[in-house]
Amino acid sequence: MGFTNLNIWKYSSPQTFYPLAGRMVPWFMGVAVVLGLIGLYIALFAAPTDFQQGDAYRIIFIHVPAAWMSMFTYLVMAFWAGIGLAFNTRLSSMMAHALAPTGALMTFIALWTGAFWGRPTWGAWWVWDARLTSELILLFLYMGYLSLVAAIDDPRRADKASAVLALVGAINVPIIYFSVKWWNTLHQGSSVSITRAPSMASIMLTGMLVMVFAFWAYSIAAALMRVRCEILERERDAAWTRELKKS
Amino acid sequence: MAATAGAACRAVVARDLLIAARRRSDVLTTFFFFVIVVSLFPLGVGPEPGTLREIAPGVVWVAALLAAMLSLARMFGADYADGTLEQLVLTPQPLTLLVLSKVLAHWLTTGLPLVLVAPVLGLQFDLPGDALATLLVSLLIGTPALSLIGAVGAALTLGVRGGGALTSLLVLPLYVPVLVFGAGAVTASATGMGVAGHLSLLGAMSLTALVLAPWAISVALRIALE
Repeated sequence: MGFTNLNIWKYSSPQTFYPLAGRMVPWFMGVAVVLGLIGLYIALFAAPTDFQQGDAYRIIFIHVPAAWMSMFTYLVMAFWAGIGLAFNTRLSSMMAHALAPTGALMTFIALWTGAFWGRPTWGAWWVWDARLTSELILLFLYMGYLSLVAAIDDPRRADKASAVLALVGAINVPIIYFSVKWWNTLHQGSSVSITRAPSMASIMLTGMLVMVFAFWAYSIAAALMRVRCEILERERDAAWTRELKKS
Repeated sequence: MAATAGAACRAVVARDLLIAARRRSDVLTTFFFFVIVVSLFPLGVGPEPGTLREIAPGVVWVAALLAAMLSLARMFGADYADGTLEQLVLTPQPLTLLVLSKVLAHWLTTGLPLVLVAPVLGLQFDLPGDALATLLVSLLIGTPALSLIGAVGAALTLGVRGGGALTSLLVLPLYVPVLVFGAGAVTASATGMGVAGHLSLLGAMSLTALVLAPWAISVALRIALE
């Protein structure tokens, strides 16, 4: 069998995706743990103390990856929700549902660690700055999505209704971001940017990138575990899940 | 013989306005909710004119958001319950235009009264004349966006458990940009800065909502009626 007859649609059915996800979870979880340990070692021991912010800056090793994941997860969720709405594929919608709690968790971690960072640096737990505010509204969007899914009993209707909401939210995320940005900006400029050289020591950057990959791997593993539960719950009356239960 | 799309839209608007005229209390409830919420703030914050002038734009706009949100349940609720909505979906005319007519009727009965009474409430907060005019204009431009975005939330939560509170959870975060620029325009006017930028952005949001929302509303209604 050559690479050419590989059927990429094979894993778009819950029945075939369930064991595949089961095989992938330990790998991603393993990567998350290993990279997390390396990243934390760099963050807590290898990286030097910042001359301006002292040791408080070390929070960014958690804060920045969580903030990135929170926004990215929303887009991925909206993408799968849109695919599910357009092509009526059950697995896509389940994937969207599975991603939402992880995204909400990342948003919450970003807000929480941001407060811990803000207290020593700005002298306030919370300021009404553009990024904080848009992150908070992102949390509200996740909560709205999760409550809409929870409120509708018919799973197919919940899939579609929440997909419309996710897409409307995805269109709104940039609008919200720019509106609160013009409204009030106090947050420090981005330290990492693609267009210019990073303004931080390379060991700090390395530590942060390692942590970003750890957060990626964790999010994927968590979403896959959750989608497995979702598949089992939805397909509990299907023949293959009954056989799975017997074996 | 099928009516033209224009005639169907006019019929939908006329019908909704007639229902609103027959059940005036529904419309008046939203209206007085707006008036009462705005009047509560001076009682809570204190009557110093300086403070009131400062908070007026935000207070009036937040109250408008809440009033618009409260009235959302009425937009499709009764039609969903008695089957009218199903007939609307089954008509040969494009559903996007029909829902747009329903949103228009909703705005005429809830949004427009808020716009018209807002300058009077602004007087309670000692807003200067320019700021009052800006308040009127900003609400006039911004409230259609509130009705359009709100209609998406109302359509998504049709016949769902915990409808009202759920709608607010879905809709209020999406209202944020409208609030920022609506209240921002009035604040800019009160502090003597230009308002054209705020109002242009507000207009852009309303127009974007006008293009995209009817599509999302009709998809959501079809999902609800499946």
